Amino acid sequence: MLKQTEGSHAVAEAVALCRPEVICAYPISPQTHIVEALGELVAEGAVGRCEFINVESEFAAMSVAIGASAAGARAYTATASQGLLYMAEALFNASGLGLPIVMTVANRAIGAPINIWNDHTDSMSQRDCGWIQLFAETNQEALDLHIQAFRLAEELSLPVMVCMDGFILTHAYERVDMPTQEQVDAYLPPFSPRQILDPGEPVSIGAMVGPEAFTEVRYLAHAKQMQALELIPGWADEFRNAFGREAGGLVRPYRTEGADTIVVALGSVLGTIKDTIDEMRGRGARIGALGIACFRPWPLAAVQRALASAKRVIVLEKSLAVGLGGIVSTNVRTALERAVPVHTVIAGLGGRPITRASLSSVFDSESLEPTTFLDLDRALVDRVLARESEVRRSGPRAENILREKHGLPTR
Amino acid sequence: MYQIRIHGRGGQGVVTAAEMLSIAAFREGKHAQAFPSFGSERTGAPVVAYCRIDDKEIRLREPVMQPDALLIQDPTLLHQVDVFAGLAPGGTILINTTRSFEDLGLKELVHRFRTCTVPATDLALKHVGRPVPNAALLGGFSALSRQISLASVTAAIGEKFSGKVAAGNIAAAREAFLHVEAN
Repeated sequence: MLKQTEGSHAVAEAVALCRPEVICAYPISPQTHIVEALGELVAEGAVGRCEFINVESEFAAMSVAIGASAAGARAYTATASQGLLYMAEALFNASGLGLPIVMTVANRAIGAPINIWNDHTDSMSQRDCGWIQLFAETNQEALDLHIQAFRLAEELSLPVMVCMDGFILTHAYERVDMPTQEQVDAYLPPFSPRQILDPGEPVSIGAMVGPEAFTEVRYLAHAKQMQALELIPGWADEFRNAFGREAGGLVRPYRTEGADTIVVALGSVLGTIKDTIDEMRGRGARIGALGIACFRPWPLAAVQRALASAKRVIVLEKSLAVGLGGIVSTNVRTALERAVPVHTVIAGLGGRPITRASLSSVFDSESLEPTTFLDLDRALVDRVLARESEVRRSGPRAENILREKHGLPTR
Repeated sequence: MYQIRIHGRGGQGVVTAAEMLSIAAFREGKHAQAFPSFGSERTGAPVVAYCRIDDKEIRLREPVMQPDALLIQDPTLLHQVDVFAGLAPGGTILINTTRSFEDLGLKELVHRFRTCTVPATDLALKHVGRPVPNAALLGGFSALSRQISLASVTAAIGEKFSGKVAAGNIAAAREAFLHVEAN
């Protein structure tokens, strides 16, 4: 059914349609509306046999999800930013144990300095924790990816993170097509766990593994993710056949035919990028885009194919590996066998708007640096750096930037 | 694409106004996108929310920088925020005030834009009992812009609120619609 609703609410409804049995969460902006809505749905009895567990922290949220999943329950949680970091240890446990938990990450920056707004630093910080990471472009895709995520997680016995841009998607009202319970039931069979804590048939989960077998266990984790690369396109096809729309898959090219420049990106910024590309194509620019729908496992071969004829690759990313540059770009380079220039554009950090005007100016540029910070106020940074070189006790950096920005006297 | 920017203060229902506008447009079969400006959410602080309406899917996620219409929920913002920034030539301005554009020192705007005022806070106090001008302004916007029918606006209010609050806001929107039509 078509409806106009908030992204968070759409995701909550979709998760409810997946018949989770345990939902545990600790609130953090911009994830809050999702778990609030799920809490209400569970309280109304709209989620069937489901327990909503309030926990005291994100570490507890993931620990409860691990326990619930090991006991054979379909488990879901959601978090963002600092909350994801707080669960970091348990994230590795969930994937190491092979527990098919589904989690929404409402992408948000990581402090310090504290910042509640959107970027991808949180998900990117956990890119190697062994979870599958899917990125949603629209609210429709966010809700569709959750339905696929449970299927994917349970088939592979691996946890899946569905990443959606905080505020930009979670707090946006737009049109979504909400599937029926029957459609979701037909696509997502009941959870049939590969391992279960059952007093009738006792097993231990999480044994200590020494040097004699640890490599093999880790290799198996890698092999499972490689298997996901084979299976994800098929499940996306099946989803399209069942629901009548595109969602998920590995990568999505946009107007890449005959494109000299291909812009690689993840998440909701692809919408603005596509509008920018349409405008540039309209005036003859040979440019296209490649959306990465699945970031982990890294779809190496699919990226390689999609970039095969590009003469220049621009990776637009909402995260920064301090001291290196781009994270997504580093991944993209692994997929390029030819010597093709790869330019990193760091954009949208801490919620800085990414505009068509700024995008087309960097996409048009013939002399892009290896790494560009979109709309960076370089003069502002230079003033703070100059002061630091003059004053030993120059004070806190973020506050100095703010004071310079607003023309206030420095202390 | 038609773009609306709503300026107000935390607590005045700015974000809800944009959301209701998007619901109203959706009910007319259009694509619509509403989102807040994600500033600090404090009561009384300046807040901005946006709504885009189009006949096709809206992919753009940048803030609305060149609005076709401005809804100003709090006239005290005129001295604090550049609310008119980027307004398209011939665009629409609706201000919640009991004063005129001339009294507000905005006489020169009257010739360049389609302008109107509506006493939305008074109407909200009268019909809802609280100074939340958002629904009334949407009623006024319907009359001024003709982008969205009053029926869709009242249906959207009914979707967002229930009971007495919905009825009061719908009454405020209707009276605002008539007020703007009469001016």
